[in-house]
Formats: sequence, structure tokens, C-alpha cells
Amino acid sequence: MKKYLLSLCVGLGLLLGGAAAMAQAIEAPTAVAPMAEPAAMAVAADPAAAPAPEAAAVEPVPEKGDVAWMLVATLLVVMMVIPGLALFYGGLVRSKNMLSVLMQVTVVFSLVMVLWAVYGYSLAFGGEGLIIANLDKAFLAGISMDSMAATFTEGVVIPELIFVAFQATFAGITCAIIVGAFAERIKFSAVLIFTAIWFTFSYIPVAHMVWGSGGYLIGLGKMDFAGGTVVHLSAAVAALVGAYVIGKRIGYGREAMAPHSLALTMVGAALLWVGWFGFNAGSALEANSNAALAFLNTLIATAAAVLAWCVGEALTKGKASMLGAASGAVAGLVAITPACGYVGPMGAIAIGLAGGFLCLWGVNGLKKMLGADDTLDVFGLHGVGGIAGGLLTAVFAAPLLGGTAAADFSIASQLFVQGKSMLVAALWSGVVAFIAFKVADLLVGLRVSEDEEREGLDISSHGESAYNR
Amino acid sequence: MKLVTAIIKPFKLDEVREALSGLGVQGITVTEVKGFGRQKGHTELYRGAEYVVDFLPKVKVDAAVADELVERVIEVIEGAARTGKIGDGKIFVFPLEQVVRIRTGETGAQAL
Repeated sequence: MKKYLLSLCVGLGLLLGGAAAMAQAIEAPTAVAPMAEPAAMAVAADPAAAPAPEAAAVEPVPEKGDVAWMLVATLLVVMMVIPGLALFYGGLVRSKNMLSVLMQVTVVFSLVMVLWAVYGYSLAFGGEGLIIANLDKAFLAGISMDSMAATFTEGVVIPELIFVAFQATFAGITCAIIVGAFAERIKFSAVLIFTAIWFTFSYIPVAHMVWGSGGYLIGLGKMDFAGGTVVHLSAAVAALVGAYVIGKRIGYGREAMAPHSLALTMVGAALLWVGWFGFNAGSALEANSNAALAFLNTLIATAAAVLAWCVGEALTKGKASMLGAASGAVAGLVAITPACGYVGPMGAIAIGLAGGFLCLWGVNGLKKMLGADDTLDVFGLHGVGGIAGGLLTAVFAAPLLGGTAAADFSIASQLFVQGKSMLVAALWSGVVAFIAFKVADLLVGLRVSEDEEREGLDISSHGESAYNR
Repeated sequence: MKLVTAIIKPFKLDEVREALSGLGVQGITVTEVKGFGRQKGHTELYRGAEYVVDFLPKVKVDAAVADELVERVIEVIEGAARTGKIGDGKIFVFPLEQVVRIRTGETGAQAL
């Protein structure tokens, strides 16, 4: 095993080196336009607050192309969750728990949508703040059809309403990803209580710190294009904490718990992949060449990760599997998420390959080391992929390696910033998750009874079964 | 009368049915079953988890036949279901006390 790992490292090193050389070769002709600013999804000043004469001067008008693209991108992210993530997860559980997983994903998403409109958006993007913004836009107060949100380009705006919706879907998918870690044994009410607490005290501050104006981590210079840290790493840490706190499933490691439908898992993974173009390319907030770069990177990094996972599986287990290919796709998508708008296509392939191999280790070697029953490998995929992608963003964003960063970009100092900010986000999420699970435990209890778990959550929690004959 | 029960490989079902029809057997009952014998199971790998699947899918064919036909029935099932590889299955023969055709009320050999 050690030998294999060593050879893997050497192989990866070679690949990265090769990719770097290729990236350099194509750098000159492509000349990707560098992004104006690393992130700062600062929302344009509240029109109500803006003095009238200034507004009269140059009121930026949104381009219809940008608006159309952001509407579609938002829709794609909704599709990632329902039915994408729901089916990806659902196919992996036993048939007696199919509906419970579909329910948890659907209802968690719905709950977060409503909370986002009521106070989430305001606290995350409603204004300046180091950790959070404020409640000025609670209940979406003051946001009308005339309100505009800034993009990364000076003078280009999109309607704030679509920005609210786009960001809502990110909050929704983050909370929905977590349910994979404690599937097949958690109480439905506990999921909802946990979600409300974790969303409020972890997702909102982390999203603000990385993306909101004046946020702590964006101040450090954190690069997270589409949410590798905000979405995937923070969800994965919360998920791992959940797997530990809730405990293993009855019969874990002794009874066969094979997935009940890998065909549905494949359908779910495919919907995730397609939807992810909205997630990543939509994060450019405009229909421009930066979105195109993120789009292409999302395509090829994912493909590279599928190949990497299959090769890794064939070498270690003797066979490449469908579940492996689907998992590789998700691993690649997670890994390229923070980097997609910053790196060149060859850098994306390198990140995809690294993400595929590392996440394969995440669901095998690392999973055994951690010893938690993370049912659907949320940490192995989203945690490992999120960390790998976050760190490699700092490497492949370098102009020397085909990235879009400025000429004076320093890989080493950016690596430090990425590492530090991911640590902050991970710790924040982990602590809040632990408290949230304990509160849910006190209020309603986390686990269903042993009998209910054996019978399956579909019947015991929801009173219906997925497949009747 | 005898009840002949054969556990066979699923993909051999059509050949067995044709062979029995050829003998004049009027009807059979087919059930999808799982079990194990000398063939043992196989292992399945899902990400990090490895499961031993002990029970393999087989098809069970039940045929009620007249005494004089039993030997020939066994012969043709053997012939049709054999691949020569481990896991071809087994044939069990039971004495059959009574048979009733529900529609007409006929009993015994008449009802076969």
C-alpha cells in the first residue's frame, strides 16, 4: 500500500510538471483576460440609501444577456440539488431508506430557501462586516425590481433579485450535501433542527467571510471562485462531525449495505455534472469570457477526475466501476470549484486528476483512518476534494502555470492564505455543527429507534415505501 | 405422480422449457430464487466497502409429472441445463399425493 501511495505521488508530480509545461506553451496565444478583482461579490449600494442626484447621473442598466445567463445558472443549481444530489445519494442507500434521503434533500433545500429570504441573504450579503453583514435587508426589505447587484466588472450589474436567488441555491445545496453523512439512521426532525442552526451560525458567516464585502477571509486574499471552501469544505466538516456524533449504523461493517440502485446514482451524478456549469460558470455573475473559462474548466477537470478514479480503482482493486466513475466526476467537480475561474484549462486537468486520485484515497484509506460511518462519503469527496482544490487553486492560478492571476502572484504566500482560510472555515463549521447536533439531540434526539432503523426510515419516518409491487 | 423441482442457472430457463415441452409436459411453475452451493458467492466493491454476496440468483422450475415420465424429465432437464461448470444447479424429486385442476375439479393424473 505504501509503495502504491509513493508511486501515486511520483506519478502525480510528473503529471503536474507536464501540465505546467503545457500550460506555459499555450499561455502566450490564449492570454485569458485577468479578473478585475479576486472576488468581492459586493452588492451595489442600496438604491433607497443612495442620494437621488447621484443615481440620476449614471444608473447602470443590466445587460439582458447577463440576466438571462444568471437565470439559467440559478436554475441549473436548483437542478443539481433536486433531483441531482437527491438521486446521487438516493441510489447509494438501501431501498428501505430511499425516500428518507430524497425527503431530507428536498426539505432541507426548501427550508434553507425560506430562511435565506427571511434573514440569510441580509446577514450574508446585506452590507459590510468582518464576520457577518446586518439585518437591514431582512425579509428582503428594500430589494425591488430596480435594485442592482454589482458583478466583478466595473459598471456591470445584474438585478439583485437574481443574485438573491443564485446565492440562495448555494446555501441550499451546502446544507443538502451534509445529509449524506448520517443517512439511514437520523431522525427527520433532527435533520431540520440541525440545518436551521448550522445554516444560521456557520453557512452565513463563512459565506460572508469569503464572499461578502469586508469579509475576514476575502480580506486575507482568499481565492474561492465558486465555493470550494464555503460550500464543499464547510459542508464536509459538518458532515464528518455528524457522522461521529450520531454514531454508526446498526450492522455497519458486518452486514451488507450495498447501494440499491447505481443506475439512479449515475443519473444523479450526471445531473450534478450538468448543473455544476451553472454553479461554476454562473459564479462569474456575467455571461463573459471568465464564465467561459470556468465552463471549460468544469468540463475537462471533471473528465480528468473520472479517468483518474477509474485508473486508480483498476490498479488497486482490479476493476474500474460505475460507482467509481460517478464518484470521480463529483470529486473532480468539487476540486475544480474553487479554481474554475482562476486557472487555465491545463491547470484544470491537473486539478481534476489530483482530485480524482485523492478522493479515491479519501473514501478508502482515509475513511478507515477516520473510523466514522460517513454513509455516503461526504468527507471523502467534498472534504478531500475541497481541500485539494483550494490548495491547488493557489498553484495553478499562477500566470506561469496558465492561470489568470497578476504577474506578481506568489504561489507560496497564496498557499498560506488558502490553507489558513480553509482552516478557519473548517474549524468554524465543525464547532457550530457539533453544537447544532447537540441541540438537536437535546430537543428531539438524533437517532431513530433501533427497530425503526431496521425497518427502514421510509416506512418508520415517512409512512411510505419507494418501491411497491 | 412426482413433483420435479430443478434449480438451474437463469439463462438456461428457455432451453429447459423447450425440452420439457418437447416431452409433453403440460405446464411448469418458475420462481426466481437465491441460494448457495459449491459455487459460493462473489465479492462486490462499493467505494471502500467490500461485501461478500453469498446468495447467487437462480431459477427454480417446478413440474408435476406422471410417474412414467419422471426419468425422461430428469434426463432432458439435465441435458438442457448443463454447462459443465460449477453452479449448474440440482434436481429434486418428491412424491406427489394429489393434483386438482381447479376449473374442472379433475383430480390425479387427469389433472396433470
